[in-house]
Amino acid sequence: MTASLKGSRRSGSNGDLILKTVVGAAAIGIVALLIGLGIELTSGSWLSIKTFGLGFITGSTWNSVTDTYNVFPAVIGTLTASALALLLGLPIGLGVAIFLSERAKGMRAGASALGSLVELLAAVPSVIYGFWGLAVLAPFMRDYIEPTLKTYLGFTQLFNATPIGTDLLTAGVILAIMIIPTISAVSRDILNAVPDSQREAMYSLGATDWEVVRKAVLPYARSGIFGATILGLGRAVGETMAVTFVIGNNINLPKSLLSPGATLTTLIVNQFGNTFDPLSEAALVEVGLVLFLLALVINILARVLVWRMTRSTRFRV
Amino acid sequence: MKGLILLSVAIAIIPLFLVVANVVVEGLPAISSGFFTGIPPSPLAGYGGILNGIEGSLLMVGMGTLIAVPLGVGAGIYFSEWPESRLSFLSSFTNDVLAEFPTIVIGLFVYALVVAPTRTFSAVAGALALAIIELPIIARTTEESLKIVPITLREASMALGIPRWKTIFRVVISTGKSGLATGILLGIARATGETAPLIVTAGYLNYPPTGLFQQTGSIPYIIYNFGTAGYPNWITVAWGAALVLVAFMLILNLSVKFFIGRKSTGVRAEI
Repeated sequence: MTASLKGSRRSGSNGDLILKTVVGAAAIGIVALLIGLGIELTSGSWLSIKTFGLGFITGSTWNSVTDTYNVFPAVIGTLTASALALLLGLPIGLGVAIFLSERAKGMRAGASALGSLVELLAAVPSVIYGFWGLAVLAPFMRDYIEPTLKTYLGFTQLFNATPIGTDLLTAGVILAIMIIPTISAVSRDILNAVPDSQREAMYSLGATDWEVVRKAVLPYARSGIFGATILGLGRAVGETMAVTFVIGNNINLPKSLLSPGATLTTLIVNQFGNTFDPLSEAALVEVGLVLFLLALVINILARVLVWRMTRSTRFRV
Repeated sequence: MKGLILLSVAIAIIPLFLVVANVVVEGLPAISSGFFTGIPPSPLAGYGGILNGIEGSLLMVGMGTLIAVPLGVGAGIYFSEWPESRLSFLSSFTNDVLAEFPTIVIGLFVYALVVAPTRTFSAVAGALALAIIELPIIARTTEESLKIVPITLREASMALGIPRWKTIFRVVISTGKSGLATGILLGIARATGETAPLIVTAGYLNYPPTGLFQQTGSIPYIIYNFGTAGYPNWITVAWGAALVLVAFMLILNLSVKFFIGRKSTGVRAEI
């Protein structure tokens, strides 16, 4: 009895099994890919890990003559440029998100047109931002923004240098332009996920639009917006081409925001052609390993924060 | 306060217009029919063309897409049709992380895996890096476009005794196929603009590719290579290449909008 039942369904359940196995293998492949990335980067940089140990991160010398490869200046460069990008990009990205989710509710067409414009901003390849940054933004920064900053803020070490245009500050500005779409798109989804009852309660107390956003919507969305920020930070840390063009590529420790510098990503691109020597090659792969670990931590943190926020809305719908 | 928010919207949009305007104005002088059939010029010798980049990009993006589509669509089907499984959760999370990964890291991975052992930059290595970059985009879009296929369609098919795998192929995928096409186009768009991973995997060649295991140029690499050079005609070549790339992106994006538009009307018609 069971045998005949099984027999009658065989073609169907076999097909199901085959399909599930094949597409399941693809799903396993994605997990394997991430693990493979970690393993391959570790083994590829083993020589450098053994030679420099922790000094790889804390040392400041990158010198092919003495065969010493340490990346502390690039770590500082990455931190500085990313921090600048967040400082400039977060308020603007958040403003766009508030506009798209709260202000623009009455004017759907305008909001969706603006939304697609911001999305287009994200679709422009980073090499084009970089080239534009070098040809247009850097001279503008050198001639207008940086002399002003030097005049008024030159008493601090941060702005005490001759403006040259290709420096950490310009890199931060280009990065800000590039992470605005990320921050605004994710934050918009987060703000849309804030339940309307949250807003209505405030309105019923006689609050203005702005008070509702500030006191009811933003606090509710806090952790999700933090996640969006972290996601933007991840973009900034990993961005390569846009920064390579404008950062000035100086492997020594930068003295101010107006000095040329390097980030972990630009170090890889700029030192790459110089070598097929095993130790420097392993050192470059180790820079990749450091970026891998950074990206892993940043993205897992961001995903968990964003998921927690947008997931709870699924129950609402 | 409204003013501040409008100001931030303006600041966010202005760079887009500036970038596009600059690319068009500076790039147009380089564009002629020869720009699509010639190779990059010597210093101070006219604008030549970017055929090596066009063919190299087509070759590597094409191969990369061919590798990424079966894997990405497969994983997307698994995420959408078996969402409750533990593998689905783990793999889908990994996919999200991989989608945001710095592409230079993926390039270095392929470098350590393929380029270092074979001691040669190659189109194959470049294609592999681009495939890994496209994979998470295609998987995610596939999942999303299959998930919105109404459950009633699946139930109707299963109720007719049609097995699940046939239901997935004939009903779910054929209903969600415009979404699948969107994902593949988005993957192609992303891969075509990638530069950093190609620097460490494919390198550059000033001539159109003649084989898969040699250095291979690409349009973005031309922008990087010639845009950072000191010769005015090389800079113009870079602007021209940028114009070609931006135009290609715009066409792809409009095609995506077209597909999405069709999809939403299709769903409305069914309900």
